[in-house]
Amino acid sequence: MLSKSQARAFFLGGTFVTFAIFLGMSWNSLVNEVPKQTNPQNLTEQVVHGKELWEENNCMGCHSIFGEGAYYAPELTKVVERRGEAYIKAVLMAKTPWMPRGRKMVAYGFSDQDASDMVEFFKWAGEADLNGFPPKPDVKR
Amino acid sequence: MKYKSQKVAYWFFASAILLLSLQIIYGFIMGFAHMGYDGLHSITPFNTARAVHTNLLVVWLLLGFMGAAYYIIPEEAQQELVNVKLAYVQLISFLVVGVIAIVGYHLNYWEGRKFLEIPRPLDWLVVVNVLLFLGLILATLYKGKKKTTTALVLAMGLLFAALLYLPGMIWFDNQTLDSFFRWWVVHLWVEGVWELIMGGILAFLLIKLTGVDREVIEKWLYVIIGLTFLSGILGTGHHYYYIGVGKIWLIVGGIFSMLEPLAFLAMALFAVGMYRKGEKKHPNKLALYWTLGTAIISFVGAGLLGMAHTLPQVNLYTHGTLVTAMHGHLAFWGAYGMIVFSFITFALPNLTGRKLYDTVNGQLAYWLSNIGMAGMTLAFGVAGVAQVYLERKLGLEFGAVQKEIEVHFFVLILMATMFSTGITLFIIEFFRFGKPNDEAIGFEENLKKA
Repeated sequence: MLSKSQARAFFLGGTFVTFAIFLGMSWNSLVNEVPKQTNPQNLTEQVVHGKELWEENNCMGCHSIFGEGAYYAPELTKVVERRGEAYIKAVLMAKTPWMPRGRKMVAYGFSDQDASDMVEFFKWAGEADLNGFPPKPDVKR
Repeated sequence: MKYKSQKVAYWFFASAILLLSLQIIYGFIMGFAHMGYDGLHSITPFNTARAVHTNLLVVWLLLGFMGAAYYIIPEEAQQELVNVKLAYVQLISFLVVGVIAIVGYHLNYWEGRKFLEIPRPLDWLVVVNVLLFLGLILATLYKGKKKTTTALVLAMGLLFAALLYLPGMIWFDNQTLDSFFRWWVVHLWVEGVWELIMGGILAFLLIKLTGVDREVIEKWLYVIIGLTFLSGILGTGHHYYYIGVGKIWLIVGGIFSMLEPLAFLAMALFAVGMYRKGEKKHPNKLALYWTLGTAIISFVGAGLLGMAHTLPQVNLYTHGTLVTAMHGHLAFWGAYGMIVFSFITFALPNLTGRKLYDTVNGQLAYWLSNIGMAGMTLAFGVAGVAQVYLERKLGLEFGAVQKEIEVHFFVLILMATMFSTGITLFIIEFFRFGKPNDEAIGFEENLKKA
């Protein structure tokens, strides 16, 4: 039967080994995978400002990007492809709440510049290689 | 209780359950909004309600863990808390930071990163606060006569939780990196070090409630936390499938997160096993109910329901849908909400010296909250699966699908009402005990003699 010191060794050994592998894999992701899959060369000032706006307004509190966020409003990773720039800018610049099918969005009343920066951020997100996410619906394949 | 300074735990528990009730109110706001009734939109839009709901969850659970630590550490170390006044300062300042954050969320002052919405200047106040808390706990442990495994595991969990908060404070221009390190905080907390905290509290409760030998319980504690880290650290990979990093995470994350339920299964078997082995009949039956409940419900909510959508081929479709909300609710409730409730139920008679064991209200609180939460999980699950098929498989538009699943939110609200009734009864019972007092010192020991 397992003794207490053996149990402790299992805990310490397992933790050390898996954490070492985790750090190694994380390093590999940062050095090799992120540059290949996310086009860091395209992170222009506009894109970065778009990300700032994304965070300052807690867009993730309703929407999701890369599938992460809340589930109250649509996934936005491929929104430029799906809706086009003009629609997105109209939503962001609206002075009264946008209400698709009655569900209200906060009226942000963005300036033209801020709305364009946000679109640039979405374009950058839409071009990232996300291993097949979001999936294409079966009927559209 | 054995030591005067343990009384501070009571105020942490009182704050925790009050914040939980506030969390529930914001939950209702969101539930109604999902049904199409968003009358509060102009003052509390969905993103505000959501940030308040999830942040209050984290804050009240942390308050519960801290209260448990202030109770457990003096008793295990056989030493009064090194400075009680500072513990009160820590509680008050923690609450002040929390209130500023919540008010800020209503004024568009936040950092829109799921679970870590607290703006960075306030993050630093959290860091100072947690350092004060850790200082008090570790100094007490250091000065104490004994350093038990249970106390060390609990302290280690709290220390790592504090350290892991730091990667979440770094700014990244790249959304992928932002997300990558956000999970170092969120995942490694809830599927890593928080399980250490849970394990430590669970071990303490089982030692007290079942009377099984400490050596036996602590041996199994090591096995459980060993399984937790063995599976949970590389299990982080299930958050990396679709955020812009390599496919190797699909394999590693998939395999190790399939192993994650093992830690919870071990916890459930361990708790039930110790209960059956124990010969001691502790009068606080409700505390035993909650303790066995947390071990079992965490296995179902965190273990099984997590496993249900953790494989990459399933997660490709369920990622970012209400299926996540289904798993999230039962997991947080079963593993962390219930362990805090277990501890409060165990500690209250000892802190106040009142023998309000096994009351009708206490029983109702247990059953209503648990059945209510199970029903809520079911409602989220049905809505989530319907969403996955209609939106992700058939390609219907997001808004159209949301209209289709509105009815499930009616069921959700009904079940949430049942849950809230249970919580209300728990709070009523809590205040019926009255305040902690010095006469309760030695209460537990007298109980043993009797």
